Amino acid sequence: ADIISTVEFNYTGDLLATGDKGGRVVIFQREQETKSRPLSRGEYNVYSTFQSHEPEFDYLKSLEIEEKINKIRWLPQQNAAHFLLSTNDKTIKLWKISERDKRAEGYNLKDEDGRLREPFRVTELRVPTLKPMDLMVEATPRRVFANAHTYHINSISVNSDYATYLSADDLRINLWHLEVTNRSFNIVDIKPANMEELTEVITAAEFHPNSCSTFVYSSSKGTIRLCDMRSSALCDQHSKFFEEPEDPSSRSFFSEIISSISDVKFSHSGRYMMTRDYLSVKVWDLNMENRPVETYQVHEYLRSKLCSLYENDCIFDKFECCWNGTDSTIMTGSYNNFFRTFERETHRDITLEASRESSKPRAILKPRKVCTTGKRKKDEITVDSLDFNKKILHTAWHPMENIIAVAATNNLYLFQEKVN
Amino acid sequence: MFMRGLKRKCFDGEEDIEGTLAGIKAIPSYNLQRQSLLDMSLVKLQLCHMLVEPNLCRSVLIANTVRQIQEEMTQDGTWQMINTQSTGQASLDRLVSTDILCRSSRDQAEGKHVPAYSTFNKDFESDQAQDSSETMSTASSVQAPRNLQSNVWEMENPQENKGNFQKSLDQIFETLENKSPNSVEDLFSEVDNSYYDLDTMLTGMMSNTKMGHCDSLETFSSPTNTASNSNCKSDLNDLDHIVEILVES
Repeated sequence: ADIISTVEFNYTGDLLATGDKGGRVVIFQREQETKSRPLSRGEYNVYSTFQSHEPEFDYLKSLEIEEKINKIRWLPQQNAAHFLLSTNDKTIKLWKISERDKRAEGYNLKDEDGRLREPFRVTELRVPTLKPMDLMVEATPRRVFANAHTYHINSISVNSDYATYLSADDLRINLWHLEVTNRSFNIVDIKPANMEELTEVITAAEFHPNSCSTFVYSSSKGTIRLCDMRSSALCDQHSKFFEEPEDPSSRSFFSEIISSISDVKFSHSGRYMMTRDYLSVKVWDLNMENRPVETYQVHEYLRSKLCSLYENDCIFDKFECCWNGTDSTIMTGSYNNFFRTFERETHRDITLEASRESSKPRAILKPRKVCTTGKRKKDEITVDSLDFNKKILHTAWHPMENIIAVAATNNLYLFQEKVN
Repeated sequence: MFMRGLKRKCFDGEEDIEGTLAGIKAIPSYNLQRQSLLDMSLVKLQLCHMLVEPNLCRSVLIANTVRQIQEEMTQDGTWQMINTQSTGQASLDRLVSTDILCRSSRDQAEGKHVPAYSTFNKDFESDQAQDSSETMSTASSVQAPRNLQSNVWEMENPQENKGNFQKSLDQIFETLENKSPNSVEDLFSEVDNSYYDLDTMLTGMMSNTKMGHCDSLETFSSPTNTASNSNCKSDLNDLDHIVEILVES
C-alpha cells in the first residue's frame, strides 16, 4: 500500500475517496444497514480502485512529474454516476464512477461471446433483453485539464455553481469550466517580473461554499486574501486581507516558516474560515480581518524544538484541517500518529492516536497526552519520544455524522462516535 | 575536547575549566547558532532534487530565513564567510554538535560587540528564558578577553561577501525558475568552493532527506565533476562538452 496523500468524503458521506503517492484513487462505500448484518452499519468497504495519474517526464525541463495525487474533490451528484476531480502537480482529471449491474443479452448480429454471427444464420429479429449481472464499478476519465500550470498544483475547489472550479499552484490560480478542457482563465497571478524578488507563494485556495464569486487563498507569509471575481477579471487586488499581527515577544528566525498557512477551509455555513499553520489552527470571522476569533494550539510543545524540526525538514510538513458537519468541532493532525479535535463552544479538546496497537475494531480510543513539563505522568508521552515520521497530514469528517477518516502514512483509519 | 585556552566565567568564579568538562553542558553562543542555522539553510537551498522539481514554497521560506539572518548579521557587523566544518550527525534534540564548539581560534574572535539579544529566546532549545539570558551573560563575558587576540580575527570585506552571497541566492532562484541541464554547475561556478566542504557537511545533515536523486552532491566538491545517476543529465553534459570542443577548435 502506498502513502495516502489525500482523503475526501463526498457530499452525502456515503463515499470516501483516497489518493496516494502512486497515483491511485481508492473509493470506499458505506455499507447500508441491513437486518441480516446489523453490526455492519457504518463500515466502509472498497468500492472502486483506479489509476488516476501516471508518472510523466517533462522533456523540456528534464524533470519528472510525480503521479502523486495532491487533492481530490467530489462534485455534487446529479445523476446515477459519481464525479470527482483528482489532481497531481500539473494535471487535473475529471473521473466518472458508474455502476453497471445489468447487461444486454440476445443481440442479433453477434453471439453471447461477442463473435459475429453469420448473416444467413439470422432468421428472425429479436429485441435484446437486459439481464442482471454482478455489480461492476467502472471509472472512466471524462475530462483532462492539462498544461495550465507551470508550478505545482496545491489546491482545487469546486464552485457552488457546480459548473466551474479553480486550481491553484504556487504562484497562480486558474478558473476552469468543467466542460472546457482547452482553456482556463487566470484569476490570480503573484509571480514577480523578476523571480529573484519572490518572497511569497500561494499555499491553498478555496471557493466560498455559497457565494459563487468569492474565493480565498492563503500564503506562505501567513496571510489570507479574499477575492471577488465580480470586481475585476484578474483578482490581484484582494477584497479582504486577513492577517494576525505578529507577537514581537515570540519572534525568531523561524517565525515566518511556522506562520506559513498549510490549509484553508471555509465552514459549512460560510461565515467562518479556518487556517492551519505549523503550530496552531485559527478560526476567522470573514467580517473581521485584523485577527482570528479563535486560536487553538495543536502542539505548542514543539515551539522549543523548531531548530531541530527545521533541520530534519519536519517544519515544512503541511497539515490539513477540517470542520465537522455542524461547524461545532474542528480536527487536525499532528506527529506520532496523533490527531486532535477541538470543540469550539465548550473549549474541550482531545488528542487521539491512529495506530494498530490502539485501534482494535470497535474498541474505544483512549485519549493521549503529551508530557510538557519535567515530570511524566503515567501514560503520558514525552516530546522526545514522539515519532516525527508518523505524521497525520490528512483527515476528513463525514458531512453529516460523527465519522472521521484519518490517514496515517499508508493506512486509513475510520472512527465513529460511539452511539449507545 | 573543549576549546583550548578558552576561559569561561562560570557562576562559581574564574576558573579554567578545561579539565572539569564532564558534567558541564556547553551552550553555544547566539552567533554560533545563527551561523549554523545559516549554514544549514544554504545547504538546504542548494540541494536540488535533480529528477523532480524542488518544492518552491520550501525554497522560498528557506531563502527568506537566510535573508533574515543576513540582514541581522549585516546590522551586527558580524557578517563574514567562515569556512565552516560540518555539524556532524545531529540528533533530533541537539542543534549543534560539539564539532562546532570545538572550532579553532578564529571563532574566539567572533563578536567583538554584543548586540542586544532581547528578542532571542526559546528557539534554540533552552526551555526557560532564564537559561538564554544566562548564556548571554556567559558569552559576553567570555568574549571580552578574546578581543586581545585581534590578530586572529578574520573579517573579510562584508560588502563583498554580501554581494557574493546575494549573487548565489539569485542564482539559486534562477535555477529553480528554469532548470537547465547545467544549472548546478552554473550555480557553483562562481561560489567559493572551500565554503562547501560537502563530504563532512552533509553526512549528518541530510540523513533524513531524500538522497536518491541527489547526485548533485558530488558537484559540490568540484564543479567539473558531472557524475550523475541520471542518464539524461549526463548525456546533456556530454553534449555540452562536445560543443565546447567544437567551438574551441
